[in-house]
Amino acid sequence: MKKSMGRSGFITLCVAPAVILFTVFMVLPTFNVFRMSLFQRGAYSPEETFVAFSNFSMLLKDTTFIRSMQNTIMLVVVVTVITFGFAVLFAAILTREKIKGQGFFRVVFYIPNILSIVVISGIFSAIYKPENGMLNSIIGLFTNMTDPILWKGEKLVMLSIIIAMIWQAIGYYMVMYMASMSSVPQSLYESAGLDGANRVTQFFQITIPLIWTNIRTTLTFFIISTINMAFLFVKAMTAGGPNGASEVALSYMYGQKDAGLYGYSMAIGVVIFLFSFALSALVNKATKREVLEF
Amino acid sequence: MKRRISLALVAAMMLAMFAGCGNSQKPAETTNGATDGATVGATTEAAANTDVTIKVAAIETAYGSQCWKDVCDAFTDVTGIKVELTTNKNLEDEIGPAMQGGEFPDVIHLATGRPAGLTEQFIKDNNIAEITDVLSMTVPGEDKKVSEKIAGGFTETSLTNPYGDGKTYLAPMFYGPCGLFYNAGLFEEKGWTVPTTWDEMWELGEKAKAEGIYLFTYPTAGYFDTFLYALMYTVGGPEFFDKATRYEEGIWDTEEAKTCFEIIGKLASYTNPITPAQANNQDFTQNQQLVLDNKALFMPNGTWIVGEMAQAPRAEGFKWGMTALPTVKEGGDRYSYCWFEQAWIPAGAENVDAAKQFIAFLYSDTACEIFANATNDKGEPTPAIQPVLGIADMLQGDNKLFYSIYDNGAKSAMGNFAAFQAIPGVEVASVFFDPINSLVSGELTVEQWLENIKPVSDQMRANLK
Repeated sequence: MKKSMGRSGFITLCVAPAVILFTVFMVLPTFNVFRMSLFQRGAYSPEETFVAFSNFSMLLKDTTFIRSMQNTIMLVVVVTVITFGFAVLFAAILTREKIKGQGFFRVVFYIPNILSIVVISGIFSAIYKPENGMLNSIIGLFTNMTDPILWKGEKLVMLSIIIAMIWQAIGYYMVMYMASMSSVPQSLYESAGLDGANRVTQFFQITIPLIWTNIRTTLTFFIISTINMAFLFVKAMTAGGPNGASEVALSYMYGQKDAGLYGYSMAIGVVIFLFSFALSALVNKATKREVLEF
Repeated sequence: MKRRISLALVAAMMLAMFAGCGNSQKPAETTNGATDGATVGATTEAAANTDVTIKVAAIETAYGSQCWKDVCDAFTDVTGIKVELTTNKNLEDEIGPAMQGGEFPDVIHLATGRPAGLTEQFIKDNNIAEITDVLSMTVPGEDKKVSEKIAGGFTETSLTNPYGDGKTYLAPMFYGPCGLFYNAGLFEEKGWTVPTTWDEMWELGEKAKAEGIYLFTYPTAGYFDTFLYALMYTVGGPEFFDKATRYEEGIWDTEEAKTCFEIIGKLASYTNPITPAQANNQDFTQNQQLVLDNKALFMPNGTWIVGEMAQAPRAEGFKWGMTALPTVKEGGDRYSYCWFEQAWIPAGAENVDAAKQFIAFLYSDTACEIFANATNDKGEPTPAIQPVLGIADMLQGDNKLFYSIYDNGAKSAMGNFAAFQAIPGVEVASVFFDPINSLVSGELTVEQWLENIKPVSDQMRANLK
C-alpha cells in the first residue's frame, strides 16, 4: 500500500504541472470565451453588461459575418479537397515510384511549411502584383493581355488566397502520408501485381485503405489548420479587403474586437469553436471504417 | 487511489485559480490607492514631487522615437517628474494586453483612424480623462497658458471634444495638411494647370487619358477619410459637414450628399483600375508608386508621403506638389483637411495630475522645437509640427510649401464622424470608405452605396454618444 502511495504521489507530482498549466491557460480561457460571449463589453473597459444571447442573435443578422463564414467554409472545403488530392498523389509517387531526384522533391515540397506565413504572403503578393508580378508576366507571354489580371481584386482575391494556402500545406500532409505509405508491406503490392492489378488499382485498393486511419486524422487537422491559417493569410495578404471580399471568420472576429465589441467578437469565437468542433466530429463519423491491419 | 490523485489535482487547480484571482486584483488595488493619493495632492507642488514617475506611451511613426525621448528628458528637467517612456510602431500590441489587465499608461499618444482603433474604443467606452482644465494650465517652464499657445480651432473639433459637450478629452498633436498630391514636374512638362474646379478636373482626366495616364489613385480606402471630409466641406460647407458627420436624418437625400457621391463615383471611373488590388496594408506603397511613375496624376495623402517614399524610384523631373480639393463651382471655398494626432489620458491612469502637466508641456517652445527638428532612424529630417501659433517659422523645404496651403486661400477642414456606441458589424470605415474599392472595380454603383449608407447612418444616429 505504502509503496503504491509513493508511486501515485510521484505520478501526481509529475502530471500536476501540465494539468495546472493546461487548466489555467487553456480550459479557463475557453470557459471565459463562452462567458464573455454573453456580455456586452469593450476590450479595455471594466464595465460589462449581461445581454444573454443577444450577441448571437445579432450575428445571424450581420451580413459581413455571414459573408466571412461563407468564405471560411469555402476555404475549408476547397483547400482541404485540393491539398488532400495533391498530397496523396505526390506521396504515392514519391514512395511507390522510382523517379530521379526523389530526395530533392521531398525537400522542395516541404520547404513552404518551414517558411513563416508572413514570408509566404510576401512571396505571393509579389507573384500576384498586377503590373510586373510573376503570374501576370507569364500569362502575358501567351496571351495579349490588355488589362492586367487583378489577382488581389474583389473577384479573384479568394482564389489567390486558396492557391497560396494549398502551396503552403501540401508538403506537410505529403510527408505525413509518405510516412504511413512507406510502412505498407511491399509484398502486398507484389502479390497484387501478380494478380494483374495495375498501379492505379493498387493505389485505390491497397494504399488508400491501409493508410485510412492516417487520412482520418489529417482531415481533422485540415479543418482546424485551414481555419487558423486563413486568418494569418488574410491578415498578412489582404487585411480582409478589398471591401471585405476576403474577410474570414477569425479576421472578422479580430476586427470586431478592434471596433470595441469584445463580447460580440467572443460570440464569433464561440461560433467558430462550435463550428470546427462539429465539422471535425462530422468528418470523423463519416469517414469511420473498419481498421485494416497488415 | 485514482480518487486521491484526482482530489490532489482538483486542489492544485483551485489553488492555481485563486492565485490567478489574487493577481488580477492587485493592480486594481494599487491603481485605486495611487489615484486617491494623486487626488489628495492635486496641486502643482505635489505633482512636482520628484518621486512621481509617469508612464508615457507614444506611437512611433515616420517621425521616429528620438524626439519623444528628448521631450521626456526636457520635461523631467523642467518639472522633476520622471518619465517612463514606451515607443513602438505597433503600440496597441505593446500596451494593449497590460491595459486589459487594468494597468494603464498615464499619457498615450495615439491617433484615431488606425486599424486597431484603440483610441476610438476608449472614446466609445467613456474611458478617457477630461482635460479641459489643461487648456487653462500654465505651460511648465513658461508663463503662457496652454490655450494661448494652441492655434485656433484645434480644441473645438469632434476629434478633441468627441461627445460634443464642449469638454476636451484629447489633446491635438502633430498636424499636417492633407490634400491631393501630384507630380508638379509632370504638370510643368505637359503644360497642364492644376484644376481648381471639378469640371476642370474631369477635363484634365480626359487629357491625361489620351496620354495613357489615369487621373486618380489612392493608397488604401482608409485614405478616403480626409478626402471625404474635405469634399463634404467643399460641397456643403461646415453646416453640411456637421450634419453629415452627426448622421442627421435625411442628410443622405440632400443635394449636397448626392453631389459628393457623384463626384466620388466619377472619380472612381477615372481611377487607375489596379488600385483596389493594391489597396491593402501590404501593397499600398505600390499605389503611391503609381504617382511617382506618372501612371496616375493625383492621390489623397498627407505630408508624411515625402519621407515615406523618399527611397522610391521616380519619373525624371519628379517634384512633389499638393493642392486643396477643387470646388464644385468656380470661386467656391477650397478646403484642405487638417489632419492631426491626439494625446490623451486614460481614465484609469494613476498620475492624472502629472500627466496633465506632461500634456501641457507638449505645447512648450522647447517641446515644439524638439518635435519640429525630429529625425527618423536614418537621420533624415521628419519634422513633427505641433499645432501652436507661430510654428510656420520652423518649417523648411517641401514642408514650407505644404503648410503654406492655408495661407494660399485654402480653408482648413477639421473633424470626423461622430463617435457612437459600438454596433455589431457597423463601422465608419466599412460604411463610408471601404466601398470605394468596389466602386472602382465596378461591383457597386453610387446609388447602391448611398442606399446602403442610409439605414446604417440611422443606426449610428440612434447610438450617438
